[in-house]
Amino acid sequence: MPILEAKNLTYTYSIGSPFEKTAVDHINLQIEQGEFVGIIGHTGSGKSTLMQMMNGLLKPTEGTVLLNGQDIWEKKADRRAVRFQVGLVFQYPEYQLFEETVYKDIAFGPKNMGLDEKEIDRRVRETAEAVGLREELLQKAPYALSGGQKRRVAIAGVMAMEPKVLILDEPTAGLDPKGRTKILTQLREYHKRTGCTVMLVSHSMEDVAKYVSKLLVLSHAQVVCYDTPANVFARGKELETIGLALPQITRVFHGLRARGIDIPEEVYTVKFGAEQLLARLEGREPQC
Amino acid sequence: MLKDITLGQYFPIDSVVHKMDARYKIIITLLFLVMLFWGQHFTSLIAGLLFVILATVCSKIPPKMIIRSIRPIVPILIITGLLNLFWLDGGKLLWQWHFLKISEQGIQTSVFMFVRICLLIAGTSLLTYTTSPIVLTDAIESLLSPLKKLNMPVHELAMMMTIALRFIPTLIEETDKIMAAQKARGADLESGSLMQRAHALVPILIPLFVSAFRRAEELALAMECRCYHGGEGRTRLRQLKSSLRDYVALALMIFMLSAVIIINLIIGG
Repeated sequence: MPILEAKNLTYTYSIGSPFEKTAVDHINLQIEQGEFVGIIGHTGSGKSTLMQMMNGLLKPTEGTVLLNGQDIWEKKADRRAVRFQVGLVFQYPEYQLFEETVYKDIAFGPKNMGLDEKEIDRRVRETAEAVGLREELLQKAPYALSGGQKRRVAIAGVMAMEPKVLILDEPTAGLDPKGRTKILTQLREYHKRTGCTVMLVSHSMEDVAKYVSKLLVLSHAQVVCYDTPANVFARGKELETIGLALPQITRVFHGLRARGIDIPEEVYTVKFGAEQLLARLEGREPQC
Repeated sequence: MLKDITLGQYFPIDSVVHKMDARYKIIITLLFLVMLFWGQHFTSLIAGLLFVILATVCSKIPPKMIIRSIRPIVPILIITGLLNLFWLDGGKLLWQWHFLKISEQGIQTSVFMFVRICLLIAGTSLLTYTTSPIVLTDAIESLLSPLKKLNMPVHELAMMMTIALRFIPTLIEETDKIMAAQKARGADLESGSLMQRAHALVPILIPLFVSAFRRAEELALAMECRCYHGGEGRTRLRQLKSSLRDYVALALMIFMLSAVIIINLIIGG
């Protein structure tokens, strides 16, 4: 049974006004437990709206969301409990920090869950470490931190609820390349260690290609494809027509293929690409 | 949910009234208010009603919208209506029970006040329906500009109003976002006692204030960078221009006002 399932999911903004807009249009989707899903689409393709429906913040206009097979919009369903199970980190989450200390801010979620002090303390320290926040930062005021640190505090605040599904809406937006890699690597570590499902929204192919196990491509409020990165990037032309840039390395390989060189099409990490080329030059079989 | 609050309630369509010079619209609205309050006779209300109907038709604003603007003041209407009805003396006494009484005068005044307040709201909302808040502040600045001679910071006041209006939608959007984010962390905004609910607002208000201050600082810096130094010698993107329709509308209003004053004089004798 998939952990999260969207059934015929639709969301329309400002129904009945001149500004009416369908942001998510009859989407069907099944996310399996333990998957690391990248969600890609250009601005306005419905990524954020879809994510906010996944944890019950937005009520779908039509269709529904199933968490572990349970309809989260059933009359007796507890939506607050759903939000503890499906953690959502918003875009620019550092703007929601409000407590006097980093520690208290990370503890906000677990506290709302009604956990005891000891458990809260364990979770705060564990997640702070997971996102690379040093011990001494915990007693500082969030506003005294740097932008990248604030971002990590905010992510830790959601992680500390230990959700079964962790959704992040462009967690790397506005960070420098180093900060970006750091957060993405930490996410991968977290995913490996906890085995929970992670969904990562991004509009950068480059970012997600390296980390995810599945890719969901959205365009004009609909699903274009949901598949492994290799299979998705093999449909390069199609992706470019909907306005998404392929990772640089993939474009290089597509270019080489177009020039008649016999190399695989589904290359999307530099490491894999380099091995392919080296093997070819040395006249041996590629190793990975 | 917060987005449903209409602020400024500008209704963007194309009509003669929308195209009018906002300064004239403000003056006409003021004269309209004077007319309503000066008029002691029901003819003044008829004049007011005609004015509102004419303006509504010309502005192409759906009558539904005008009625909607009256809805928030229904409690006030009911209270003033009841007060006038039961407490006013004069004329023939029709009904009495202890201290409550209904007199002819009472009925007359209560109906009169009811219609007057309705017209008052309908007339003024027509102004805000047909004029965008930004243009409105421009016009206010222009109308108040004689006060500059008295060293009143008219331009600065108008700029403050413009900025405040400009940032209301932004802050509403921001509030929506912060609320959603805190709800995602399990914040409970909908249940609990009054104290608990007030307490639950802290995680929303603090980030909101911080972001408002941040925006203010960024805006101030951006204005400095573009060498903003107050209103002196500043030209405008949108020039306020009056034309024939403005003069006609003003003339009509003055005519109606004088008619009401004359009727007052004749009847009041």
